[in-house]
Amino acid sequence: MERQIYLDHAATTRTAPEVVEAMLPYFTEYYGNPSSVYGFAASNQTVLADSREQIAGLLGAKREEIYFTAGGSEADNWALIATAEAYGKKGKHIITSKIEHHAVLHTCAYLEKHGIEVTYLDVDENGIVDLEQLKAAIREDTILISIMFANNEIGTIQPIAEIGQIAHAHGILFHTDAVQAFGQLPIDVNTCQIDMLSASGHKLNGPKGIGFLYIRKGVKIRSFIHGGAQERKRRAGTENVPGIVGIAAAAKRAAADMQERTDREIRLRDHMIGRIEREIPYCRLNGDRKKRLPNNVNFSFRFIEGESLLIMLDMKGICASSGSACTSGSLDPSHVLLAIGLPAEIAHGSLRMTLGAETTEEEVDYVVDVLKEIVQNLRNMSPLYEDFLQKQHQE
Amino acid sequence: MYTEKVMDHFQNPRNVGEIENASGVGTVGNAKCGDIMRIYLDIDENQIIRDVKFKTFGCGAAVATSSMATELVKGKNIQEAMAVTNRAVMEALDGLPPVKVHCSLLAEEAIHAALWDYAQKHGIQIEGLEKPKSDIHEGEEAEEEDY
Repeated sequence: MERQIYLDHAATTRTAPEVVEAMLPYFTEYYGNPSSVYGFAASNQTVLADSREQIAGLLGAKREEIYFTAGGSEADNWALIATAEAYGKKGKHIITSKIEHHAVLHTCAYLEKHGIEVTYLDVDENGIVDLEQLKAAIREDTILISIMFANNEIGTIQPIAEIGQIAHAHGILFHTDAVQAFGQLPIDVNTCQIDMLSASGHKLNGPKGIGFLYIRKGVKIRSFIHGGAQERKRRAGTENVPGIVGIAAAAKRAAADMQERTDREIRLRDHMIGRIEREIPYCRLNGDRKKRLPNNVNFSFRFIEGESLLIMLDMKGICASSGSACTSGSLDPSHVLLAIGLPAEIAHGSLRMTLGAETTEEEVDYVVDVLKEIVQNLRNMSPLYEDFLQKQHQE
Repeated sequence: MYTEKVMDHFQNPRNVGEIENASGVGTVGNAKCGDIMRIYLDIDENQIIRDVKFKTFGCGAAVATSSMATELVKGKNIQEAMAVTNRAVMEALDGLPPVKVHCSLLAEEAIHAALWDYAQKHGIQIEGLEKPKSDIHEGEEAEEEDY
């Protein structure tokens, strides 16, 4: 097989061998249901508690504040819907941003159909929420502010501590979708005044199908899945013991080398950004240069379309993603790219490459070399480029 | 998600380019929606399409349908070219995913727009040909933004 270069770590990651190793006994040996009485199964309670402790420790949280879910999307759905229900007497207004993941945006749209009012904050050209606009949006009946920790497409990191402070100064709950940030950035729920936080296992070399919602003690939030006493009666369903062991092992692993790993990724990321900006004309870096996830590179290339770029890259063994409409099955390009003010035709030509711990400088250089050639080939085929050259020629 | 034929026409598109002093040029689509196709026709005095070239901004299916459409009309007379429908382009490509069917419609429209341009320039009427509706030069042109 030809070489494969995986630059889509924001989509998912390889489950680390030591994580798989940690999980395996819980499929075949310790398969008991933790709710059972007999010792062999009940002893799984211990590994659940240890896993919870492990994750809580990384966030500055308490063990009993970690609630396992089937992933980040469930955690987002739960945080929003259950808060709207539990705090319905206090108010019916939620504040979020235009660049949230669809797990938040579509849940807000659902809540709007059920009488909740939602304010969607704008972001600046780099994708950062305007804190003044946030303050101005707060109402008497605002019950929740939900702003993502870092954006999945353009990698922009939000001023989370400031948002948490604003929320608490007004007695409003603060939820953050940290699916991209958890394991990549240090997070402390106390200094950032976070009340709820969603995270997922498979973004940090853990397994798919497992995530968690951190819920600060004292937050009245109702159960989301009914039918059992698991997760302190708030999330029914037999615990995904192997998954929970897996996400805890992955989180521990990610925390252990976070500084070293992300320093290395930042160096590679900036090397890649620098080369693309120097060597490929008519491109634009999307997202903030500094307040950016260590592994995120997102560019728009004018005159070309993202899906054809992805297929061409795939033929060279390079896995990446795009905010083009054609990759999402709708006619509109990414809502995030539109929110930072890109015209639709330029948003169609976007490319996201997300690095991982295994990405090498040689791979990055190879990708940039290939990318240069592909962008030029697609431009040579593009009527927009032809018109642009003609216009330039006339001037 | 694409058939082998689509992938082949995307990877090795036929008839990419421009024709200087073309008999007819048609551009359809909209950059906002992510696809624009431009077809150049070189038509001789017997109304035979001697040569055809295309340029496309769009997804893999947009490139492949443009490429296939040019193959299907090359060497044909204009009435035969009129008979090249989006269905014919899709069939020749062994099908398209449902979300990409509009690309084949665009290919048909691009051929028609180029034929219309030819008919206008030569003061002739082509049976069954209507004025193209989605020529970008009449509607929204791609916004120019420099950075």
